[in-house]
Amino acid sequence: MAVTRRRLVVDPIACDGHGICAELLPEVIRRDDWGYPIIDPEPVAFGLEGLAKRAVAACPKLALALRDAPVTHGRGGSSSPRPPARPAARTATAGRAGKARRLS
Amino acid sequence: MNQPTGTRSTVTLDPRQAEPAPDPLTLPRLLPGDADPGLEAHFARLGPMPGGSPWVIDEVDAAGLRGRGGGGFPTAAKMRAVAGARQCVVVANGTEGEPTSSKDKALLAGSPHLVLDGISIAAETVGASEAILCVDRAASAAIRAVEAAVAERRQVFADRVPVRIETTPSRYVAGEESALVHFLNGGDARPVFVPPRPFERGVRRRPTLVNNVETFAHLALIARFGADWFRSLGTDADPGTALVTVSGAVARPGVYEVPMGIALGEVLRVAGGHGNAQAVLAGGYAGRWIPGAAVAALPLDPTSLKRVGATFGCGAVAVLGAESCGLAETARVAWWMSGESAGQCGPCVHGLPAIAGALDALVAGDRGRKAERQVRRWLEMVEGRGACHHPDGVAGFVRSALDVFAAEIEHHRRHGPCRPSAGVLPTGRSAGGWR
Ligand SMILES: Cc1cc2nc3c(=O)[nH]c(=O)nc-3n(C[C@H](O)[C@H](O)[C@H](O)COP(=O)(O)O)c2cc1C
Ligand code: SF4
Ligand code: SF4
Repeated sequence: MAVTRRRLVVDPIACDGHGICAELLPEVIRRDDWGYPIIDPEPVAFGLEGLAKRAVAACPKLALALRDAPVTHGRGGSSSPRPPARPAARTATAGRAGKARRLS
Repeated sequence: MNQPTGTRSTVTLDPRQAEPAPDPLTLPRLLPGDADPGLEAHFARLGPMPGGSPWVIDEVDAAGLRGRGGGGFPTAAKMRAVAGARQCVVVANGTEGEPTSSKDKALLAGSPHLVLDGISIAAETVGASEAILCVDRAASAAIRAVEAAVAERRQVFADRVPVRIETTPSRYVAGEESALVHFLNGGDARPVFVPPRPFERGVRRRPTLVNNVETFAHLALIARFGADWFRSLGTDADPGTALVTVSGAVARPGVYEVPMGIALGEVLRVAGGHGNAQAVLAGGYAGRWIPGAAVAALPLDPTSLKRVGATFGCGAVAVLGAESCGLAETARVAWWMSGESAGQCGPCVHGLPAIAGALDALVAGDRGRKAERQVRRWLEMVEGRGACHHPDGVAGFVRSALDVFAAEIEHHRRHGPCRPSAGVLPTGRSAGGWR
């Protein structure tokens, strides 16, 4: 394979947005309207791995990293250890209504 | 509809099904109403608390229980991820910073022992050495109830792993799990960059199970009555019941327990809606607007809401009456949400105020279509770019407003602001500290 499985990720808390990384690696990193890096979510192309490593080393805030796993973003900030196991989709019928309670 | 005196009332959804006695196998499951909230009465009503065991995880799995804190993640998978780890920690999230939701506070105040049962059973099941219940510092009634309940349980040694109560700063993002863990470790209640996630390394660097308090309450009942019982209400995809908070343009706002899959229109009818909702905001300020015309038959459950591009979230349902301006409401809430940023990530710090400002321009009718294109660009620009999902929640909420209130935007563009915002959506407390 000509492509590694590693992706660049940024720690948005550590990043100060001065954009050194984007200057070093414009093929993968562009900047948003406020200067913060927007990183291509695809794995870094083989030919760019060296430059990616240089960008990681050059970041003054140690905010950049090369990671094996994809950047996962599930909803709601859940500590999702695994993707949800989808229950078999049978017909979704509402159960007996019964009662509803109200408090306050 | 019946409206008994006092602050509590029971509403029968189907008048033909008047239930005579409190039966644990029918609604309400979670809120005992006017019943004695004490430990003895609680055990008399539901039976003694079962112990923890691997069976509990299998049963929770078979029940299909999903988290009620907004993410909807399968609870059994989270439990398995920490089970057996040495000295893991269980954290119950009762912080509920969402201004349109009060179900967790109602649950803690009305059924403290059910939540504590769930925490206790879960802690024993995963082999935890520590269990912590987190409640918003401002939720005084809930705090009083859980403190009394914990004291009562200590006296009779009800729990193998005693539950400790921690009160948390009243901030929207303080309830995000990494923020909660950071706070419990002595830091600010602000999110941290993950991984490692709490289930890998959380409180005191130990694997930590974080679940919403309502999730624990369901778990306590599943451990007693089993998965089949749990599934006897709700839908196949979303079994069980849910606590929903109905607010806004209804005569009887409050917390209702409903079976998953109940028609949203039915919930509004029971809560005293007039059937002329302009729109409904489901899932709170990280949720989505749903046009009024679509609510009547829409089943209220995560799967059905997802199908129409909405979210169930924490089960909050805020109703916008015909007299309010959804656009102005959205702009006001967007400003509040931007003020609730933890102020750590560039796209969140700069993007959310930019979005709120552009919404103001839409409300004022300035810059018309250009302002809308600008907002949509910024929504895309902030999504997925914070350390936590706060910007994602705001983006989804605002985008749904642009879609649902498209006609209003056009009206504002031509005629300027329509009417002063009635201010139906609550924006809670002003931003406070992080400790
Ligand atoms: C900005 C933000 C705020 C949150 N606030 C809460 C909250 O107040 N209460 C809560 O239970 N979960 C909240 N969550 C979700 C938690 O991170 C976590 O997913 C949840 O507590 C897990 O419990 P559950 O699996 O039982 O739903 C929030 C998430 C985000 C991104
Ligand atoms: S070099 Fe580092 S700190 Fe600077 S913008 Fe890039 S990631 Fe952020
Ligand atoms: S995304 Fe916003 S709220 Fe979340 S950690 Fe970053 S600054 Fe804080």
